[in-house]
Amino acid sequence: MTKAVNESLPTSAVTEKIKLSLTKRHRSEMMFKSTGLAAVVLGFILVFVLLFDITSKALPAFHQHWVQLEVDFSEDNLRYSEGISLEDLRYRSTLRKAIANQFPDVKSRRDKRKLYGLYSTNAEFAIKDFLIANPNTLDTIQNIWVRVDDDVDIYLKETTSLGEPLVRVDVKEAQWIKSLVETGRIDKRFNIEFFTSSDSREPELAGVRGALTGTMLTMLVTLALSFPLGVAAALYLEEFAPKNKWTDMIEVNINNLAAVPSIIFGLLGLAVIINIFGLPRSAPLVGGIVLTLMTLPTIIIASRASIKAVPPSIREAATGLGASKIQTTFSHVLPMAMPGILTGTIIGMAQALGETAPLLMIGMVAFIVDVPASITDASTVMPVQIFLWADSPERGFLAKTSAAILVLLGFLFLMNASAAYLRRRFESK
Amino acid sequence: MVDIISAKSLGSNDIKIEGAVGEPFCDDAKMSMRNVDVFYGDNQAIHDISFDLEKNQVTALIGPSGCGKSTFLRCLNRMNDLIPICNVKGSLQLDGEEIYGKQMDPVLLRARVGMVFQKPNPFPKSIYENVAYGPKIHGLATDKAELDEIVETSLIKAGLFNEVKDRLDSPGTGLSGGQQQRLCIARTIAVSPEVILMDEPASALDPIATAVIEELIHELKEKYTIAIVTHSMQQAARVSQKTAYFHLGQLVEMGDTKQIFTNPSHELTENYISGRFG
Ligand SMILES: Nc1ncnc2c1ncn2[C@@H]1O[C@H](COP(=O)(O)OP(=O)(O)OP(=O)(O)O)[C@@H](O)[C@H]1O
Ligand SMILES: [Mg+2]
Repeated sequence: MTKAVNESLPTSAVTEKIKLSLTKRHRSEMMFKSTGLAAVVLGFILVFVLLFDITSKALPAFHQHWVQLEVDFSEDNLRYSEGISLEDLRYRSTLRKAIANQFPDVKSRRDKRKLYGLYSTNAEFAIKDFLIANPNTLDTIQNIWVRVDDDVDIYLKETTSLGEPLVRVDVKEAQWIKSLVETGRIDKRFNIEFFTSSDSREPELAGVRGALTGTMLTMLVTLALSFPLGVAAALYLEEFAPKNKWTDMIEVNINNLAAVPSIIFGLLGLAVIINIFGLPRSAPLVGGIVLTLMTLPTIIIASRASIKAVPPSIREAATGLGASKIQTTFSHVLPMAMPGILTGTIIGMAQALGETAPLLMIGMVAFIVDVPASITDASTVMPVQIFLWADSPERGFLAKTSAAILVLLGFLFLMNASAAYLRRRFESK
Repeated sequence: MVDIISAKSLGSNDIKIEGAVGEPFCDDAKMSMRNVDVFYGDNQAIHDISFDLEKNQVTALIGPSGCGKSTFLRCLNRMNDLIPICNVKGSLQLDGEEIYGKQMDPVLLRARVGMVFQKPNPFPKSIYENVAYGPKIHGLATDKAELDEIVETSLIKAGLFNEVKDRLDSPGTGLSGGQQQRLCIARTIAVSPEVILMDEPASALDPIATAVIEELIHELKEKYTIAIVTHSMQQAARVSQKTAYFHLGQLVEMGDTKQIFTNPSHELTENYISGRFG
């Protein structure tokens, strides 16, 4: 056909024909390019909107208002006498006296109770800790900074930015707060406790350290189990296993496994790992095992694809030199497949990082105040923590929820960055 | 026979192949092949081929494209094991040992029978690593200095050393096609195999590099036995002592190179070397 066209037409006519088709080809190329660009821009805008929204909601959580109290550590106040441990003194009444001293006009019992509510429940322990840390301040008067209550905190944050706040602060309380601000007894500080303390019922005290540690431990267990297992399985299936009915069936089932809803893995973890093998409930170890089950298919599928993509000529080259199967696999095939394997691993790990449902099943949803010290301690993880806070009625948790999402995204970003770095190293080799 | 019918397209409709003519066998054989058939699935690529590779001689395998030269060469060090659908029948022996026998360890066989592939296939590693890999896995060097020595002499023999001596650490895949081919040759001779199989080692080389390789082949045959596939008649005539002519999976004629090129016995051989087809 083409030959006939070429022969029957003079050369210039052929060029003309090509030119005609060229405009069409260029147009379709342009179309494709602009569609792609539009998709990328749209993606960027969505990510930006998401980040902007979360960040703006999260920002208040990174600051906390403190109030200064003049505490009279007199022996009288504390009911101190020789031989009584500093642990057992009357701190609550001391605190209340200090508060009442700030507002000598407040007389009625109801008003006083309201007044005490402006200060964090933690204030009592703050002054206790202060005295225990500085025993020589006994019988002196000290200025001590304590946190304000979460409602007051929000009131202060929102009056500055929005004008009329919608919080549970009535007119009287607002006046008290105002007088505190005017006398310079209120201070806004960076909320380092958000990163150094664990969950709490009180929003002004709650932090992500426990959940973040739990997430790290769980991810470590997941990575340590799923990466070697997944890569070994992929290598075996691609390089060593005979191609027959059985391996076909295994392949189909691995693909099926990748599509199983994650909560099923949680049920499996509960039924088998906790009930039969007796591993501790709520522990990162169990969470890691459950997430490994979920991540394995992703890693295996991605690894197999990238092992398959290693050119056969490389295997021939090594085999032809007398390398054994294992040597060929580990010194040539695996390094060449590594970038793809790492991509699959990071996708699987990112999925596992955001997973909530299976972890609820194995009890990682419990309210845990301690920071887990090992993979067998009870703990929770970031997504579950976010879920818990989002579900809490206190308004103070609103900003905390967004802040925790930011921390989770930051963790994800770090994970991706380290995978990208490793991939770069393997590609440059 | 199927192959005779398809040979019509090559203009050889009346010519029959009835066993190889010439002298396919010799007394001093390094490798001897008898009644070898090779199948790719149901498709037979090699039909009942028997001949010897003489010790310390260069044997050229020539023939039209697709006639099974590479397939046959790959049987000699069991590279066809890597192709699941490939099935080899018949007897192939190295120094009297059956290559496809149970006693034979293919890893050892491939160290003894080295191969340079038709397409250059350097590892995506440094030039140095490419050449050092074979000696390393076989433990041929006791220390770094000895390994350096092996790498250097191999590169010199393959005529590549002067071009790459300043960048031994740069990747082998960054070399030109011809340089890559010489790198693969250096890599193969670095393990000092007893038999070297070369599948068109000079197909991507300029005349100067080709001359270096041919010189290398001359040198190597003092110690090693060599089989070389080539599409260049001149090259076959220059480097080889024996020539085997393949046609559609069959061995048509084998004998002394001089004899084949000056006075071929079979009509197909004559047609091929005089350039009438193929
Ligand atoms: N991996 C394979 N799978 C199936 N058939 C194959 C395979 N490799 C080669 N063949 C077939 O075997 C026959 C011989 O191929 P081979 O590569 O040995 O030819 P050749 O003589 O080396 O040709 P060339 O000179 O072009 O390299 C061809 O018909 C080819 O189609
Ligand atoms: Mg070939």
